[in-house]
Amino acid sequence: MTTQDIIKPENLVYAKPSIMNDNTMHYCPGCSHGVVHKLVAEVIEEMGIVDKTIGISPVGCAVFAYNYIDIDWQEAAHGRAPAMATAIKRLLPDHCVFTYQGDGDLAAIGTAETIHACNRGENIAIIFINNAIYGMTGGQMAPTTLEGMKTSTCPYGRDVTLNGYHLPIGNLVAQLEGTRYVTRQSVHTAAAVRKAKAAIKKAFENTLAPEKKGASFVEIVSTCNSGWKMSPKDANDWMVENMFKAYPIGDLKNI
Amino acid sequence: MSEEVRLMKGNEALAEAAIRCGCDGYFGYPITPQSEVLETLMKLKPWETTGMVVLQAESEVASINMVYAGAGCGKKVMTSTSSPGFSLMQEGVSYIAGADIPALVVNVMRGGPGLGTIQPSQADYFQTVKGGGHGDYRQITLAPASVQEMADFVGLGFDLAFKYNILTVILADGLIGQMMEKVVLPPFVPRKTNEEIRKECPWASLGKTPDRKRNVITSLELEPEPMERRNIALQAKYAEIEKNEVRYEDIETSDAEYLFVAFGSAARICQKAVEVARAEGIKVGLLRPITLFPFPYEHIKEQLTHVKGILSVEYNAGQMVEDIRLAVEGRIPVEHFGRTGGIVPTPEEVIDALKQKIIKK
Repeated sequence: MTTQDIIKPENLVYAKPSIMNDNTMHYCPGCSHGVVHKLVAEVIEEMGIVDKTIGISPVGCAVFAYNYIDIDWQEAAHGRAPAMATAIKRLLPDHCVFTYQGDGDLAAIGTAETIHACNRGENIAIIFINNAIYGMTGGQMAPTTLEGMKTSTCPYGRDVTLNGYHLPIGNLVAQLEGTRYVTRQSVHTAAAVRKAKAAIKKAFENTLAPEKKGASFVEIVSTCNSGWKMSPKDANDWMVENMFKAYPIGDLKNI
Repeated sequence: MSEEVRLMKGNEALAEAAIRCGCDGYFGYPITPQSEVLETLMKLKPWETTGMVVLQAESEVASINMVYAGAGCGKKVMTSTSSPGFSLMQEGVSYIAGADIPALVVNVMRGGPGLGTIQPSQADYFQTVKGGGHGDYRQITLAPASVQEMADFVGLGFDLAFKYNILTVILADGLIGQMMEKVVLPPFVPRKTNEEIRKECPWASLGKTPDRKRNVITSLELEPEPMERRNIALQAKYAEIEKNEVRYEDIETSDAEYLFVAFGSAARICQKAVEVARAEGIKVGLLRPITLFPFPYEHIKEQLTHVKGILSVEYNAGQMVEDIRLAVEGRIPVEHFGRTGGIVPTPEEVIDALKQKIIKK
């Protein structure tokens, strides 16, 4: 049997989602963003909600998320995505409105917007990529950077006397009355990817459930092998060993 | 239907007018002297009648970004604030300019700089007309001089914003926001449906349909050439606005030897000063710019056939006076008279300033 004999429609077991276009991704090899983008695209396609989904892309590595998934998008100023999603969801209440944000965007400059959108119980989904570093600007310290972790702005390791502690913002928003689903996932194994997809799907379904309101927050503990200066494999191992201790995987709230 | 005449504050009239002109959403944060806008909307509950969204945001930063997002959906959205809040909004103001989308912001100015005072001021002229946020951009700026214009400029502001896909700023001073006058409220106009918006604003992010590509609201270009092309297109739009949308009011200018130029409530004081000075035999008139961008440079230049000197009267240390000087190109004396810190000058002070700074020259 040759390769050509195998490549037939009846043997197809996997295809990328049709709304994931062919634009060349700008993400580094090994980065978690590509996987999460694919999951978001799969969920939108499976739910059949292309015509009523609006994504808000952040400032950070995912700034060009709108180049890869064929839905309507708005590009936010740094940290303001939850405020924008608030307005869009209220103006278009039957739409699925989601933000896609990194840790600097969501947990530093956009902390106020994150907390208040969650606390108001906005019926939006927030996809939060937590890789404990600023990727796009070249590997600076993030609010989620672990104690002792080295970055270009804490080259000797995060010193709590200088910079305080890593910010577990997922735990923080889980305590607010306005959130209904807060979960922490990862995409470093096939099993983790499946769970992360189920979490994204639940969050998106929540935004369209009229009977119950509240923000859905999906944190994806991720790697930034370029920023961490590791191979993709080492980055995954380092994440499991260190990040999962500070950011344990699992549901924080599900009502 | 007979006209609805009411006695209202400028801020209240503005809120009523927003509901009536088919506004889809208001996002605001309390700050004196404009809090009555949000208060009035919350009291009137338009979400139960027209479906208009009203939301108290966590900050001016959030409220302008809510406006940016709503504008990106092709919705008629607005916010209002006062000077320190307008400074916070400059991030979103610049993004709205960069993304080429229509929105309305109202700045009911108070004295500054810093936390300043809560009394009336016109010290945000530079900030609004010359910039404020980052980048090369302009915004249409309307300066109401009455409670009636506070009401009328909401509809006009949205019309201009959607005609050019630009931000319109209603630049009112605290006096216009707070004073009560008779006002005829505009008639009710229904809000646009999403289907109407899809037709009229094909760029709006309302959800991608199979018949078009995805719509992306963004101001980002990594490559310099497309970024420059965007800038050239913006400048062409601003030139078109300067050609078409200059608005002003003339009061006794045709035979005037001297001229007051003033906007907002300062123009009302100058109107009284014209009356008093003319009774004294001084041939003075008033030219009131209604649009501050585009500024009536040409119309001011036309006055040079008969006017010997101009006094710019502003509640600031001298801002619009620079544009008047640009218009007259040094051919006649142009001086500034103003009070700051929230002090509103009297007509007598204005006449004295005219005599000392212009007539004696």
